[in-house]
Amino acid sequence: MEFLLQPLTLLTFFPLLGVLLILFINAEAKNAIRWVALATSLITFGISLWVLAMFDASNVNLQLVARYDWITVAGWNIQYFLGIDGLSILLVLLTAFLTPISILSTWTAVEERVKDFMIFFLLLEVGMTGVFLAQDLFLFYIFWEFTLVPMYFLIGIWGGPRRIYAAIKFFLYTMAGSILMLLAILWLGIYGGTFSVPDLVALGNIPANIQWWLFLAFTAAFAIKVPMWPLHSWLPDAHVEAPTAGSVILAGVLLKMGTYGFVRFNLPLFPEAAVRAAPWIALLATIGILYGAMVSYAQADVKKLVAYSSVSHLGFVMLGLFAMNPQGIAGGILQMINHGLSTGALFLLVGMIYEQTHTREIKVYGGLWKITPVFGSIMLIVSLSSMGLPGLNGFVGEFTILLGAFGSQAIGNTAYAIASALGVIMAAVYILYMFQKMFLGPQGEIVDEVKKHGHGLRDLNWREIVTVVPLLIFIFWIGLYPKPFFALMAPAVEHLVGMLPIP
Amino acid sequence: MHLSETATTGYFFLAPWLVFAPVIGLLVNIIFGGRFSEKVIGTVASLASGASFVVSVLLAWSLAAGHGAAVTVPFLEWIHIGNLELDWAFRVDSLSTTMMLVVSGVGTLIHIYAIGYMHEDVRFKGDPGRFRRFFVFLNLFIAMMMILVSGDSYLMLFVGWEGVGLCSFLLIGFWYDMDTLGRPSWANSNAAKKAFVTNRVGDFGFLVAAFLMFWAFGSFQFDEVFEAAHAVAPGVIVAITLFMLIGVAGKSAQIPLYVWLPDAMAGPTPVSALIHAATMVTAGVYLITRSAELYTLVPQAQYIVAMTGAITALFAATIAVGQYDIKKVLAYSTISQLGFMVAAVGMGAFVAGMFHLVTHAFFKALLFLSAGSVILGLERGHHHAEHSHHEQKSKGKGGKSKVEGGHGAHDRHEEVFDPGDMRNMGGLRKTMPVTFWLYMIGTLALAGIVPFAGFWSKDEILLDASLHYPTVYLLLSIAAFFTAFYMGRQIWMVFFGEPRHEAAAHAEESKPIITAPLMVLAALSLLGGALNLPFEGFHQLGHWLEYTLHEVEALPLDLQVAGISTLLALTAIFLSWLIYGRNPLKAGQPDPLKKPLGFIFTGMENKWFVDEGYFAVIINPFKRLSYFLADVVDWRFWHDWFHETVIAGTYNWLSNIGLNLYADQKGIDAFANWLGTATQSLSATLRKVQNGFVRSYALSVLVGVVFILGYLILKS
Repeated sequence: MEFLLQPLTLLTFFPLLGVLLILFINAEAKNAIRWVALATSLITFGISLWVLAMFDASNVNLQLVARYDWITVAGWNIQYFLGIDGLSILLVLLTAFLTPISILSTWTAVEERVKDFMIFFLLLEVGMTGVFLAQDLFLFYIFWEFTLVPMYFLIGIWGGPRRIYAAIKFFLYTMAGSILMLLAILWLGIYGGTFSVPDLVALGNIPANIQWWLFLAFTAAFAIKVPMWPLHSWLPDAHVEAPTAGSVILAGVLLKMGTYGFVRFNLPLFPEAAVRAAPWIALLATIGILYGAMVSYAQADVKKLVAYSSVSHLGFVMLGLFAMNPQGIAGGILQMINHGLSTGALFLLVGMIYEQTHTREIKVYGGLWKITPVFGSIMLIVSLSSMGLPGLNGFVGEFTILLGAFGSQAIGNTAYAIASALGVIMAAVYILYMFQKMFLGPQGEIVDEVKKHGHGLRDLNWREIVTVVPLLIFIFWIGLYPKPFFALMAPAVEHLVGMLPIP
Repeated sequence: MHLSETATTGYFFLAPWLVFAPVIGLLVNIIFGGRFSEKVIGTVASLASGASFVVSVLLAWSLAAGHGAAVTVPFLEWIHIGNLELDWAFRVDSLSTTMMLVVSGVGTLIHIYAIGYMHEDVRFKGDPGRFRRFFVFLNLFIAMMMILVSGDSYLMLFVGWEGVGLCSFLLIGFWYDMDTLGRPSWANSNAAKKAFVTNRVGDFGFLVAAFLMFWAFGSFQFDEVFEAAHAVAPGVIVAITLFMLIGVAGKSAQIPLYVWLPDAMAGPTPVSALIHAATMVTAGVYLITRSAELYTLVPQAQYIVAMTGAITALFAATIAVGQYDIKKVLAYSTISQLGFMVAAVGMGAFVAGMFHLVTHAFFKALLFLSAGSVILGLERGHHHAEHSHHEQKSKGKGGKSKVEGGHGAHDRHEEVFDPGDMRNMGGLRKTMPVTFWLYMIGTLALAGIVPFAGFWSKDEILLDASLHYPTVYLLLSIAAFFTAFYMGRQIWMVFFGEPRHEAAAHAEESKPIITAPLMVLAALSLLGGALNLPFEGFHQLGHWLEYTLHEVEALPLDLQVAGISTLLALTAIFLSWLIYGRNPLKAGQPDPLKKPLGFIFTGMENKWFVDEGYFAVIINPFKRLSYFLADVVDWRFWHDWFHETVIAGTYNWLSNIGLNLYADQKGIDAFANWLGTATQSLSATLRKVQNGFVRSYALSVLVGVVFILGYLILKS
């Protein structure tokens, strides 16, 4: 019992209780299943708030630790080891926050095999939370790989026409990187005699050339997940085919597992290699920012547009993390949250209109603001957040990242930050293009098309408003008063920066 | 006096209400506006803006009582991370209060005007529901502008800077589903997008300047930056000031980023007056004045700023000569006048620049709003004419015309009528006498005729230029000549001669709610010069701004400079009379300048083809590159060819080769067969339980784990 009542264990595995309950519900009782899933995820969110209440931001060490020996054979010591600190708390909260929102968004969008859907979804939450809490590399790896399975099915069963292709590509692509990481993890375990991250960090002194290879192996896994340019090819497929809720979680949380991995493992475990790689990562990040923004602009499919915009946004995150100063890293972590909120909201909104029109082609839309004013206004706010308008969340992250990157000694060249700042212009180009073509201008052909088949386009209903409003609250909160968010991570970030051997 | 003190006495604590008041106004209109009548909505918004004005007055009064010592009112800790400490604080000093008074004062007048204007506009456009939205945006603009001028750091200034850019986008695209003539079109939304994106180019410059500033000075706060600036290498300051100039060029519509402002006339006229003439576009001038201590450290940068302004002033003035749209003429005139201001602050004549900013806010707002009155007058005339035509026609059809709210929507009109085209006007002096006289006052002020406000402020700029920057003086003098000429041309075309369209013949004067705010602005345009008369014992604005700026030069009136500029203006007006006044334009007649000037006039008419040039050099290549990257590089090469053909294809090919090799050898063949069968049966078994390779992957992970554990056990 003691084991189960630990806050982090409870937080991670509570969704399993929901899974168990749903197993006993008749598959035809769709609403009952939905309510159980929603309630489970809401309680899980409550638990995450409880964790937040117990969390002490000024303490840079792991907190609320749950640690047990798990597999101890042959001098190996694999532990069940969960802990939370300033680097992960916001991501844990984001996961617990986005899951109920995503479940709510499926209320009418998912009608087939609701039972399976909800089971996979809750299992996915277990995996994601575990990834952010695990402090033992082996345990981390298990959670990391585990998230692939439910996501594979979410795309493969409830996805669009090319869902099988997208699901397999998603799976193989991410797995390819993970295998290299597994090798590196095994090497570390043998080398250090432990898989515990804090112990390995304390041990330090991995020879520089080996550090470099280990760094690359971890980077392979994380860079694919982020995805960093040029490893992004799986992302548009997965996003376009995934159901709305899947896209929300994919963009909102799963991609963050990659960037989180860099902060949690690459920087503290391989500090010398990380510093050495910083200019190269910054280069890839900058290319990603500009490339993602340009490619995004040329998309005819709105979901693809948002998917490529993620490549650009995550480029900012990577640039910040490898700036290796407090502004950069804190901005990077905050931008992970911001991207989860804004892009999550964009996918939700796109999903809401898709449910009515069954098309994602931008050019058939037009003039929607007039027909659906609430929808249009919310879309405008989210779009502005995504393009980094001051006063909304995106700006705070982007600005601190660019500021950090500009003065970064690790990156060592202001050109990256200046080139990346051009991404701010390009973001305006593709976001405004999307907003204009869908919401402004004369009425698009889809409006009459929909009218032929029924009542015509409707504005958001109450359930949909309830789904997006929580995201809007945070979009404004972080934009206007980010202090509490920075306060949660600042000590941990500054501690991390202190560990890096920046020239 | 240099470092700000925290407020002790006076009304300084009210500073946050500069922003709160309009925000409350817009929230009230968002939440309850649905149940309000138009009058209530307009009143709420105007009161909110008026409250901002009252606060500005109180702040200015408190400041004067405290002998102008700058006061900082802390409000909120914003971004604190590492050595970055970014707070939202309000700065009350003589410079910021000057801006506050102009923004909220002119802003409130325009709010009141807009109640009348939008009432008619939403009906002509056939969508009365948008009335409320307009005032929400207008209040948001006042709030953002207040953040801009009252911020105590470059970053808060930037927050307002981008915020007003958003409002500009929203209001230019207010009629987002049509063009300026009310036809369904992408035109207005294109104009809005163009404004936002162009401004973002400027913001990029601002951002880079901010980064440089932070890593050179360790702060964004004005006093700390200025304090630290003296100890920093001039090269850094040059870089900062020039990147900042990119921002200024974006917001204040200077070469090369001015192109968005003429298109911005797609917004309703009150917007053109408030945002695109009186307040927002002057933000760049404010920014340079605010950064006076940085610019004065680097004369090279100052020279570049001054030349940018002067060239813009002349360039835009030439285009204004060739325009036919009443608002487009004023738009290019605004660009030109902003050029005057930028040139002034570039030369270090900060007081002159600010003086011109203030008087320009008065007379250009007056001109735009009067132009709005003219446009409405023509719309009314047009509808009267249409209505009588229509009744005659529809008698035969049994009079079943769909009329919404007494007015028809535009799409029913057979001929598209442009109420802003000066070629459709003429003779309005008789039908709209009040508007005519108001417009005249604005024109004389803009042309720089004694004793109107524009004369004094423009003269101060010219005087300063004649003393220090002869090239700038020459450029600005020519620009001033053009200014008087195109305004003269406009007056003759619009108000004199005979009506060239029946709408002009039937034009009707506007109601007092529209003309009353104009009269206030007219009075200000007439008397505004008194703010800073160039005589001993006056120079009030100079002394007021001296609290904030240092080394203010108070020049006496120079009769030579004033005489030349007056002579130039009068000559230009006379010339315009010779061409447009003596023989008024007839309907359908081309512009009399077209023939004698030839291709030069064609260039003016077509804005020197700058938009086309930008399309050819920047926009189309960007689009083409985007499509190339998206379609060819990312999709066909990287997604399809590399991933599908190379990776997946190679894998398949290798596994085939592998199979063929084994098949050649008997023993292995047998083994392979056995393996095949075994795998088949295994997978068949598996398939019964579950389907797909993910399960087999899960199995292989399990096998792998077992293998690893086995290895570990054996190893020990």
